[in-house]
Amino acid sequence: MTAPALLPVNLLTGFLGSGKTTLLRRLLSDPALAGAAVLINEFGEVGLDHHLVERIDETMVLLQSGCVCCTIRGELSEALRDLLSKRARGLVPAFDRLVIESTGLADPFPILSTLRADPVLSHHLAPGSIVVTVDAVNADDQIARRPEMTQQISAADRIVVTKGDLVGPEARHALVRRLAALNPAASVVDVHDEDWDATWLMVETAGLAPVRMPAEAGEDHAGHAPHRHDPNRHGATIRSFAVTLDRPIDWTGFGIWLSMLLNRHGHRILRVKGILDLAGEERPVAVHGVQHLVHPPTHMAAWPDGPRTSRLVFIVDGIEEARIRASFEVFAGLR
Amino acid sequence: MCSLCGVLGIETHWTDAVARPGTYSRNDTARERRLERTRRIRLANRILSAYRLTLSDFQGRAYMLATATGKVEMIDTLAHLWPTAERLSGRAFDPLDEGLLAHMHRTA
Repeated sequence: MTAPALLPVNLLTGFLGSGKTTLLRRLLSDPALAGAAVLINEFGEVGLDHHLVERIDETMVLLQSGCVCCTIRGELSEALRDLLSKRARGLVPAFDRLVIESTGLADPFPILSTLRADPVLSHHLAPGSIVVTVDAVNADDQIARRPEMTQQISAADRIVVTKGDLVGPEARHALVRRLAALNPAASVVDVHDEDWDATWLMVETAGLAPVRMPAEAGEDHAGHAPHRHDPNRHGATIRSFAVTLDRPIDWTGFGIWLSMLLNRHGHRILRVKGILDLAGEERPVAVHGVQHLVHPPTHMAAWPDGPRTSRLVFIVDGIEEARIRASFEVFAGLR
Repeated sequence: MCSLCGVLGIETHWTDAVARPGTYSRNDTARERRLERTRRIRLANRILSAYRLTLSDFQGRAYMLATATGKVEMIDTLAHLWPTAERLSGRAFDPLDEGLLAHMHRTA
């Protein structure tokens, strides 16, 4: 028996001052998000952001005096349950998605984990794309000094570079390439460009945002030629790479392998995302995980252009690529 | 909710995803669920045998993980399998471990 579809939740995050609220205000003016409920989390005692987005109604919820990823995780569950309850009783307009704007210091993983672990929320909500804003002026320094920044970038499906006009085109392109190298699973755009919109940014199913291979990551959205650079400048131990397999994968064996890998190394696997050619399945299946958390796999409509190959992109901290590749090869033969 | 114990909702592992539009699931029918369960137990035992542990089904709802000396623990999903196996055996279950990969080659 098939259960009803879930309500998508998009997480909007980004370091302090990177332009999250400005972007949210712009997104909410798009008709595609007219039916979205919004939950804003602010770190300070006095909440301002909900005034800045200029939309005060029953589907706008403010959580302040703490960060949803740590001190007020319980409040996040309660606020979302309350919103869903009011929606079911017709006390608020029937919103068709949720957008959560977190504080600039939030690690996305505990927020996703809360949505998944809560028995009520997990039966009503499904993760959509994670959108992360990156301030072009301060990005290099923040990536070097703030681990939250690396966590946010690693978890992103879409990265929006802000304030690129303040640093010039060369520095902006260098940042885009750096972000693409740090997270090959994400697409990077500039907030001032016109080649994206709310629908593209706020994908309803997280796993369906396209997966790029690291070899392609040196090319930004505008098609600029890749330049040779060190993709690991952001940290000596953080690396991204892709594992491929050109024969069909057994789903059961894959589940055993990935669950075992994340149990032992989940704290060092910042991100895993990919598409699988499963034995007996005509269409590809997308998998998508952040640290220990893997979202329910999703069926894609069709294979993207190119060879029908299983591709898994990893962003890891201190794990050798060769070891994961060797393990994947052996477990893929598990019968 | 379980009508016997009153526990509200049991955490669903991603490999046991509820069948919904767009979701890849092997949970659509009882037959499909049983087949997947049987297959999962067989494949997991290929790995667990390297540590002298055995996994078996418990009424189609849970799994029993047993040591060679007869210690048994009940688990719900794959998420619980590996930490429980590590605790029972006192060893790390690492899929990157070359010894385990060699064992899998030998028993393939």
